[in-house]
Amino acid sequence: MEFRYLPMTDQDKKDMLTTIGVESTDELFSDIPSKVRFNRELNLKRPANEAQLKKELTDMANKNANLKNNSSFLGAGVYDHFIPSVVDHVISRSEFYTAYTPYQPEISQGELQAIFEFQTMISELTGMPIANSSMYDGGTSLAEAVNLSAAQTKRKKILVSKTVHPESRAVIKSYAKGPNLDIVEIDHKNGVTDLEHLESQLDENTASVVIQYPNFFGQVEKLDRVRDLISAQKKTMFIVSSNPLALGYLTPPGEFDADIVVGDTQVFGIPAQFGGPHCGYFATTKKLMRKVPGRLVGQTTDEDGVRGFVLTLQAREQHIRRDKATSNICSNQALNALASSVAMSSIGKHGLKKMATLNMQKARYAKQKFLDAGFEVLSDAPFFNEFAIKLTKSVKEVNARLLEKGIIGGYDLSDAYPELNHHMLVAVTEIRTKEEIDAFVKELGDIHG
Amino acid sequence: MANKDFPLIFERSKEGRTSYSLPELDVPEVNLDDEFEASYVRKTAPNLPEVSELEVMRHYTGLSNRNFGVDSGFYPLGSCTMKYNPKINEDVARLDGFSHIHPYQDSSTVQGAMEMLYDLQTSLSEITGMHEVSLQPAAGAQGEWTGLMMIRAYHEANGDFNRTKVIVPDSAHGTNPASATVAGFEAVTVKSNEKGLVDLEDLKQVVGEDTAALMLTNPNTLGLFETEIVEMAEIVHEAGGKLYYDGANLNAIMGYARPGDMGFDVVHLNLHKTFTGPHGGGGPGSGPVGVSEELEAFLPKPILMKKDDKLVFEYDRPQSIGRVKPYYGNFGINLRAYTYIRTMGAEGLKKVSEYAVLNANYMMRQLEKEYDLPYPQHCKHEFVLSGRRQKKLGVRTLDIAKRLLDYGYHPPTIYFPLNVEEALMVEPTETESKETLDGFIDIMLSISEEAKNDPELVQEAPHNTIVKRMDETTAARKPILRYED
Ligand SMILES: Cc1ncc(COP(=O)(O)O)c(C=O)c1O
Repeated sequence: MEFRYLPMTDQDKKDMLTTIGVESTDELFSDIPSKVRFNRELNLKRPANEAQLKKELTDMANKNANLKNNSSFLGAGVYDHFIPSVVDHVISRSEFYTAYTPYQPEISQGELQAIFEFQTMISELTGMPIANSSMYDGGTSLAEAVNLSAAQTKRKKILVSKTVHPESRAVIKSYAKGPNLDIVEIDHKNGVTDLEHLESQLDENTASVVIQYPNFFGQVEKLDRVRDLISAQKKTMFIVSSNPLALGYLTPPGEFDADIVVGDTQVFGIPAQFGGPHCGYFATTKKLMRKVPGRLVGQTTDEDGVRGFVLTLQAREQHIRRDKATSNICSNQALNALASSVAMSSIGKHGLKKMATLNMQKARYAKQKFLDAGFEVLSDAPFFNEFAIKLTKSVKEVNARLLEKGIIGGYDLSDAYPELNHHMLVAVTEIRTKEEIDAFVKELGDIHG
Repeated sequence: MANKDFPLIFERSKEGRTSYSLPELDVPEVNLDDEFEASYVRKTAPNLPEVSELEVMRHYTGLSNRNFGVDSGFYPLGSCTMKYNPKINEDVARLDGFSHIHPYQDSSTVQGAMEMLYDLQTSLSEITGMHEVSLQPAAGAQGEWTGLMMIRAYHEANGDFNRTKVIVPDSAHGTNPASATVAGFEAVTVKSNEKGLVDLEDLKQVVGEDTAALMLTNPNTLGLFETEIVEMAEIVHEAGGKLYYDGANLNAIMGYARPGDMGFDVVHLNLHKTFTGPHGGGGPGSGPVGVSEELEAFLPKPILMKKDDKLVFEYDRPQSIGRVKPYYGNFGINLRAYTYIRTMGAEGLKKVSEYAVLNANYMMRQLEKEYDLPYPQHCKHEFVLSGRRQKKLGVRTLDIAKRLLDYGYHPPTIYFPLNVEEALMVEPTETESKETLDGFIDIMLSISEEAKNDPELVQEAPHNTIVKRMDETTAARKPILRYED
């Protein structure tokens, strides 16, 4: 069998073995003790030729209901936004996607500058002075922020609102086991953080308070009130997780004196792709600059004074500091950060607010339609592009029926919030049309009965 | 463009331009500002660039021209497995049925995606000899931490709370000790012996009742197979510890040996390396973990399993360490790895390792003529040279790396592993032709001559790149981490 990725010919092999001075390649593996030698063929599917494999995988893909053939109202942390064609054209340039971490700045200025620009865009959006080059995703970025707050304040208690994404909270809990943190969840009232509960839990042992803005229910938390409560405890840090698209309309967390702002840039140019890879961001204050996890790119000059970029402040990182590093992260989400940079560049300064408000307008139209059709909504507080409605049947059952009509319904809130049985979280992005929204409300009304 | 500042995208910006075509507002408009307190409505727009579509393309095309990838040329970056990234992988990852599916769709509507994941999981179990695999971790380092958390949970489930230490060889990758710390352990070092392998006597010294695990890369970061792996496994297991396998170097042994058969309890793989990820300029990766039967109960949840002929995500896992990442891992990267495994099959993967090892030994035997080779036995998929001979001439390994840039090569990994002075870590991979290897060997040998005859030429390299050496000291002393206008 011939393999198109393997250029070795019989003659090459012979010549190379002669140069090495061995008879066969087996001799090169003679250091593997016979006891642990693998002596049969791996039991894998037969190799497939390119045409056959493309067909096989296309068939597999076609078994899935996708967001392009159906109109989707599913969000809950992963959104169906329009991705301009330029994004894929840029990230398909193989000088980007077949490179690795830019260790050699002289031949990696492209990647380094792209990261520097990404850092700047995240800094602009969040209102924070510093942002890193990316994290795995919003959830792990938040968990790293929590661990940083504990290390920085030398405290163990973390207050996390239940309106933070349930999967981010799960990840926080997993990461908290290492440093033995005490994660206390703060209740919600109709989908917003219960500030009285928060106040009652806040004390001088609290390392940080974690709020999502807009929160998991789409609602806009009162960051100024939270900030006031936190300020009563000297060192306690304020961590905000934010959908960066919403910051096109909303006041950025930096203006509410957040210490760390994290989130996911999936909303900018990254397809849902079943939940990953997306792209976490991590933004913070100058004070925490040397505690930031992951890679940072800085501007400098070369020997001739030409502007250029390098990986910098590496004394924080695992390859230098090993067990004393601020995080273990090494590979990150560089290519997705590039995709988001291209999308943000395309949308631009004024486009961003337009895009954010378009989401908000359409979501308000949908919400009003549901109200008009007699549905109950969870809350009438300010929101971004998501809201919760109450059904008479299980969301799972309703979604199965909606799919028959070409609609991917919203998120089943009872999965993570048992008290919200039969509640559906509906997301409306800029690409949903009035017709689609009308059809969705009508079909739900019919099923609702 | 040589020797000129390349503009930042912000410097190309002009008020009034855009590269985005937003959908229409086709619903009645409401006044949003009525809904919000004024303090919640953003006053100053974020300073994103305003550029036309062509300007976006020119900018990023220009940047790509200032970058070097595997498709640009030879990239023998040790420990990173910079092999060819197949194009079919990129195509299938962009199929709507894979790229535009939502993680919260009902599992009955995404059976095709789950089938792929299940098949990948099963294939990775077979390749590694592990009982069960989770595809959740996002990259190698997260896989390491996940594995250590499982080991911790295992000990704690046995009522054993005093295993606070994780042993790592001095040659280990930095993520190993860092992951140990993040998992709440103390990292302790075991020395390497004169052969570049773990020193068994030292291992016996450091192993004890407080040992949670030994983390091992095999072949190790010197590219050498740990020949005493069976004995090491016995020593660690006898002391009640677990054996962790850093699978970054799996490219050397596929079809020849399996971590599971060597006695490893937990394994992580770097799908962006051995299984053609690609590397993406730094990521995304994917770092699945495999475990022995004993540790299965502790895998992150949910796990993907078959139930009544349907694939489901199972959350009812009381002993699980919990979730390590939102959703189900880096699906898009897992899909590329799956496509690669289906392209190669068992026969192909074994050939991959055979040729990766052949290529590395071929290069090593020719380069050792001019560069010190501290550990002269056969290597596996990579080898580590020392530039100490050249250092005596005043030419550092860094200079050699920079000189390689002039000749159009990406240099090897340098100054790692830490237990080799002036290290040059070369990993050719199996996708490079003999002609490519020969070309690189010639240049390396001639750089050695340059070091003898014209050291300044090497010390002052690179000469032909678009920028010269960077002032990294100032970058770190007075950090400029964003653009200010
Ligand atoms: C030996 C080894 N272990 C672990 C890692 C970490 O993997 P990742 O960068 O995917 O987190 C690497 C890669 O950089 C490596 O070479």
